[in-house]
Amino acid sequence: MTPLLQVENIAKFYGARIGCTDVSFDLYPGEVMGIVGESGSGKSTLLNCLAGHLTPDRGAVRFDTRADGLRDTVTMSEPERRMLSRTDWAFVHQHARDGLRMNVSAGGNVGERLMAVNARHYGQIRDKAIDWLGRVEIGEDRIDDRPTAFSGGMQQRLQIARNLVTGPRLVFMDEPTGGLDVSVQARLLDLLRGLVREMNLSAIIVTHDLAVVRLLADRLMVMKDGHVIETGLTDQVLDDPQHAYTQLLVSSVLQV
Amino acid sequence: MSDYNFAYLDEQTKRMIRRAILKGLAIPGYQVPFASREMPMPYGWGTGGVQVSAAVLTPDDTFKVIDQGADDTTNAVSIRRFFQKTAGVAITEATSKASVIQTRHRIPEENLRADQILVYQVPIPEPLRFLEPSEVETRKMHALEEYGLMHVKLYEDISQHGDIATAYAYPVKVEGRYVMDPSPIPKFDNPKLEMAGIQLFGAGREQRIYAIPPYTQVVSLDFDDYPFQPTKADHACDLCAAEDSYLDELIVDDEGGRMFMCSDTDYCANRRKQGHVGAQGVPYAEDQA
Amino acid sequence: MISVENVSKSFVLYNQGLAEIPVMQGASLKVAAGECVALVGASGAGKSTLMRMIYGNYLTASGRIMVGDVDVVAAAPRSILRLRRETLGYVSQFLRVVPRVSTLDVVAEPLLATGTQKDEALKQAKVLLTRLNIPERLWHLSPTTFSGGEQQRVNIARGFAFPYPALLLDEPTASLDPTNRATVLSMIGEAKARGTAIIGIFHDHAARDEICDRQFDVTQFTPGLAS
Repeated sequence: MTPLLQVENIAKFYGARIGCTDVSFDLYPGEVMGIVGESGSGKSTLLNCLAGHLTPDRGAVRFDTRADGLRDTVTMSEPERRMLSRTDWAFVHQHARDGLRMNVSAGGNVGERLMAVNARHYGQIRDKAIDWLGRVEIGEDRIDDRPTAFSGGMQQRLQIARNLVTGPRLVFMDEPTGGLDVSVQARLLDLLRGLVREMNLSAIIVTHDLAVVRLLADRLMVMKDGHVIETGLTDQVLDDPQHAYTQLLVSSVLQV
Repeated sequence: MSDYNFAYLDEQTKRMIRRAILKGLAIPGYQVPFASREMPMPYGWGTGGVQVSAAVLTPDDTFKVIDQGADDTTNAVSIRRFFQKTAGVAITEATSKASVIQTRHRIPEENLRADQILVYQVPIPEPLRFLEPSEVETRKMHALEEYGLMHVKLYEDISQHGDIATAYAYPVKVEGRYVMDPSPIPKFDNPKLEMAGIQLFGAGREQRIYAIPPYTQVVSLDFDDYPFQPTKADHACDLCAAEDSYLDELIVDDEGGRMFMCSDTDYCANRRKQGHVGAQGVPYAEDQA
Repeated sequence: MISVENVSKSFVLYNQGLAEIPVMQGASLKVAAGECVALVGASGAGKSTLMRMIYGNYLTASGRIMVGDVDVVAAAPRSILRLRRETLGYVSQFLRVVPRVSTLDVVAEPLLATGTQKDEALKQAKVLLTRLNIPERLWHLSPTTFSGGEQQRVNIARGFAFPYPALLLDEPTASLDPTNRATVLSMIGEAKARGTAIIGIFHDHAARDEICDRQFDVTQFTPGLAS
């Protein structure tokens, strides 16, 4: 089986400072990988390198493209990479306003990716938008409202609908539940889990919330100071952490 | 002749602008940056169009200026006088007699010929600006032909108004490549963008020139189920009875009285000369008497 | 089916003065298909640890743990995930689920994960829940709000939904009333009859004697406890 994403020795430096370094892993179709670590550990830098938002200084990020199999997205041309990011890739930002067009209606936000791949039938675009709003539990009657009129949790769900409408194969998520109320988080996690299963999505989720990765991620990568210090099955890393820092991380979680 | 260099601008500047025009003609619909000069009129009064006109005018040209189709508005009169004074060119109000026509917000009703140039004044040349404020990003979108966003605007129109409510500056795709803002002409004029004459667009404040060469394919964007429709007031001209021209609505008294008349004053006058009389019009000869 | 060969494990607690606690040394155990083996030994002897090692939840320092043809000790996370999906079931003492997911969906999940159609999976889930006396009015609620006994039964229903060839049971009959206890024991018996290899921890001695073929004392492999 070919990995969907093959990451080899990625490194990114900010001057002399390490963003992240020596990161390698394979991600297979349908797998969800969590990346945890404290602020400044390099997890967001890594995610941005993988998603093509940052150019790594070293290493390769190979993606199993539909047309030509594994291609290095670091060296691929910009048009190809941008094409990937609006078809086979999706990126869910922590702040919905970074991932939404706030001055465009919910329907327009969901429809944009369809129109970007040349959907030109208003009725069909709208039907698909309604379908996706339903799947993320946003009522059809809100389709013409702008995201500014939505709550934080709704904005985040809208962002997910907008990203998944073109049936991507790989989703990057940066703290998808950050800044949301606990009850809203639970609803979002449940939704994400269902979608991941239904669409056989692969996902890379960056978060500092261990409960989120326990529920969503099959595998876990723990980062500290730009290095990966521990990887493994999510429950194994959380229940039997091998590294001093991971033990500290796990034992620091407040029990409810 | 006046003390000005011919057509106000110095020869170096005109050459720079002509190079931008030639590049624009070579890449139809592409916005060519140029070093816009300070003109003796404020931005928004057609400085882009004036610079383009200055660069294409020759002493033998006959010049016409229209503003919303009319030759007699302040803006049109000022620009016409400006070139009369600085270039000494012949002027006319007759579309058929002009070799260079500078326009704001209209395309003349009469079909232009291959020996005519139409110069548009453009306020905002970037059609994607409405949804994407970053110039860096919009240029990239043009470069990579990522035009999905343009349809998002039309989608929003339909979802809010029931149909495509954009009535002017209606976006077009030029020769199957660049999406272009045709300047704020009514969408009624969009089909006329495919013409025999040369069309040049100048945006002074935004420092952009773009062009449509003769007989270039210009397609108005739309949806399969909401096709593009050039619309006008559902009336005939009250002065010349024309049913095929773009109309202005005029309130004539305090009792709600109104009339519709051709926005293209030259076209209207010609028809009246030929004897056409509208519902509220009088024969041409009587009017002149 | 399950073969534990000479495994050992220790915990290193970095944040408590680098204490290294050996918990398992040279343990070996074989369980054949259709066999049920009880892990016994005093509390803290490592029964749960060994079970978690077999499930891949705890890392094993040395030795081999074969479940079917997969060595859990050396396998990549991806292989272990497939093993857990298709071969190795685990009924833990505590139910851990995503909030808001209905009881029916929780129980149907292992079936859905292995490709059973939604309708069929839900049908089977209903049969199991009925059998374990979970009132129908609770089926569409999340089990997070259920009583301890109810949660335990949901957990068992989920663990038995898919016919795994190997099964790990951690206190499956704890906190159950006699009727439900009998039901669970007969379900274990049916699994055995199907050829499932089972390893269990039972504090309920009567249940253990009734269902298990033999006992395996982990104490002998516990450093510091072995005599």
